[in-house]
Amino acid sequence: MAMDTVIDMADTFGVGKQVHEQEVTKALSREDDSQTVGAPFVDAPRMVCRDVNVYYGEKQAISNVSLDVAEHEVLAMIGPSGCGKSTFLRCLNRMNDTVDICRVTGEILLDGRNIYDKSVDVVPLRAQVGMVFQKPNPFPKSIFENVAYGPKIHGLTNSRFELQDIVEDSLKKAGLWDEVSDRLDQPGTGLSGGQQQRLCIARAVAVRPEVILMDEPCSALDPIATATVEDLITELREHYTIVIVTHNMQQAARISQRTAYFHLGRLIEVNPTDQVFTNPRHRLTEDYITGRFG
Amino acid sequence: MKTENTSTMQVVNSGLAKRYAKEKRFRMLGIGAVVISLLFLVILFSSIVGNGYTAFRQSVIVLDIHFDKQILDVSNLRSANYAKLVKDAMSGLFPDVTGRSDKRMLHRLVSSGAAFQLQKMIIKDPSLIGRTVEVRVPADDEVDMFIKGYIPRNVPESERRISDQQMAWIDRLVDSDRLERRFNTTFFTAGDSREPELSGIKGAVTGSFFTLLVTLVLSFPIGVAAAVYLEEFAPVNRWTDFVEVNINNLAAVPSIVFGLLGLAVFLNFFGFPRSAPLVGGMVLTLMTLPTIIIASRASLKSVPPSIREAALGIGASKLQTITHHVLPLAMPGMMTGTIIGMAQALGETAPLLMIGMVAFIVDIPGGITDPATVLPVQIYLWADSPERAFVERTSAAIMILLAFLILMNGTAVLLRRKFERRW
Ligand SMILES: Nc1ncnc2c1ncn2[C@@H]1O[C@H](COP(=O)(O)OP(=O)(O)OP(=O)(O)O)[C@@H](O)[C@H]1O
Ligand SMILES: [Mg+2]
Repeated sequence: MAMDTVIDMADTFGVGKQVHEQEVTKALSREDDSQTVGAPFVDAPRMVCRDVNVYYGEKQAISNVSLDVAEHEVLAMIGPSGCGKSTFLRCLNRMNDTVDICRVTGEILLDGRNIYDKSVDVVPLRAQVGMVFQKPNPFPKSIFENVAYGPKIHGLTNSRFELQDIVEDSLKKAGLWDEVSDRLDQPGTGLSGGQQQRLCIARAVAVRPEVILMDEPCSALDPIATATVEDLITELREHYTIVIVTHNMQQAARISQRTAYFHLGRLIEVNPTDQVFTNPRHRLTEDYITGRFG
Repeated sequence: MKTENTSTMQVVNSGLAKRYAKEKRFRMLGIGAVVISLLFLVILFSSIVGNGYTAFRQSVIVLDIHFDKQILDVSNLRSANYAKLVKDAMSGLFPDVTGRSDKRMLHRLVSSGAAFQLQKMIIKDPSLIGRTVEVRVPADDEVDMFIKGYIPRNVPESERRISDQQMAWIDRLVDSDRLERRFNTTFFTAGDSREPELSGIKGAVTGSFFTLLVTLVLSFPIGVAAAVYLEEFAPVNRWTDFVEVNINNLAAVPSIVFGLLGLAVFLNFFGFPRSAPLVGGMVLTLMTLPTIIIASRASLKSVPPSIREAALGIGASKLQTITHHVLPLAMPGMMTGTIIGMAQALGETAPLLMIGMVAFIVDIPGGITDPATVLPVQIYLWADSPERAFVERTSAAIMILLAFLILMNGTAVLLRRKFERRW
């Protein structure tokens, strides 16, 4: 016991020394490894994550991640494949609940409330924190039904006209309206991959969430469709808070305000995006963005 | 580098012939297997059709029936001596037959059902009394067999059930166009009977219908609900593993065991009516449930998880996700499983024997609690009957059963085609 404490203290000092010349963080973690470099915390955060650990059965996929998400920002998450970006993103609206073997510890607060609290209902939570998945996954229903489904189940409107307005508005926001306005009754699955992804964005937007989580939304898209989605994200930032996972570093540089770099389940560095790409603080981040490690 | 490349190509090329030969052998084996199974199918069908197609035609004797006022002059038209009308008409055709035993032999050419037919006519239309009408009455089954050539002329008289004399009369009837072969409507409109020429499959088909109705109404909702619970809600633990193993076990339990269970539980304990489609349906439900549950779970599993995530991701509750998205996509698979289960149930005999659905039942059941039998049991009963005429009826009933089975399985295939992979 005493021995442990001594080691703990030694670690703490070690950390202190190492980050001395860097920005002082409020990290609660005690291990050298898990110390995040940079500015993971902001004033007036929209979401607050503290000491988040995620386990798939025995295997730990996320270790001690502490991070804030600011209001109306685009936060990009980058990192090598399998480092836990999707896993962490899915924690933010409890999508990991659907994975039986997945276990989450730590705190994730939305507007000051722990979303993993027993009293929290995931249905309103997911209405508040929407998600766009890596692979476009429209329902095998009409384009209209796809977008209208969320507002319908949440009872956002009772009138058909209002619903039509919501659908039109959402499709416009997703930059898809002009392409599909004359065939809303056709199956959403009949659209091209890029159109499907924008349909999924429209579907997420239609519920009027406050936070939108996007897991590599452009990985299946060609450059033109990608540009459309990027413009969209930039526009959406006015109204929403966006957390986006991307493998495309140019994309992260173009659209995000802050960038978080994950490595083997740990959050290595969080900093303003231009700083991460021009002057990374951590050696691992530097290796990754310069392509020495991928 | 170059030499290495060519040598690789040489090795590949030298192996190619062997690879293609292997492929060819495999294809031949496959074709062989398909051909053999098709051959058996063809043999099965042709033997059944060959035996049974004659059952769809039936010999009738054209008689000029005189609805004698004397005979029908009774207070209760039901109890009049209609057999006498038939006998008189027959005797009228063969005035030369006088001896008592000869007459009896002559009258035996006509089915005993002829009297009932006349009774029905009179009750329906009493104005016929006193008139003479040409009526087609069914010939006896032995006559029918003789006409159809199943009783050869050249065997000794003692070895056939039609005497030389009867043979001569039949020839005379044929010559005078008094013996016709018509479409056998009785076969489709009558229940079971001891007389082959009066027996039909309507009773059994109706019984099968009611039994399957009960089975469907019970097993589809229960099976789907169980599958949805197990697949979507149940936690993965030892208890659900245990349930899963047992469901798979149930699917392999011999069906007669379910019959014994039905006998012990539904009849002896709950006191449900014996021989009734209600109990038959319940027993078959036990038998088809595992099939439906397994098929339903498989089709639930095949719904892509991305659809579930999409629904959950915009805040649909679990139940909404299932009812709005998962079930509609899984439904074709579930229905296919159900139809296949129903087809199994339609062909099932053994468990129904245990609960008394093997009784000889003449009346066509009017509901799920009436005594009834089902098609396969009817086939079993007829196959067990000694009369030659039941042989063709057995095959004909099998043809009907097969037709229903093909219809059901065809529907299953169509459903699968129609709804397959819409996402
Ligand atoms: N459902 C799961 N069950 C078990 N392990 C999982 C599951 N999902 C992810 N993992 C594991 O968790 C780790 C992180 O996976 P995750 O999907 O979060 O990576 P990622 O950073 O999104 O990678 P990519 O960039 O390739 O999408 C991986 O090692 C992966 O094997
Ligand atoms: Mg991922």
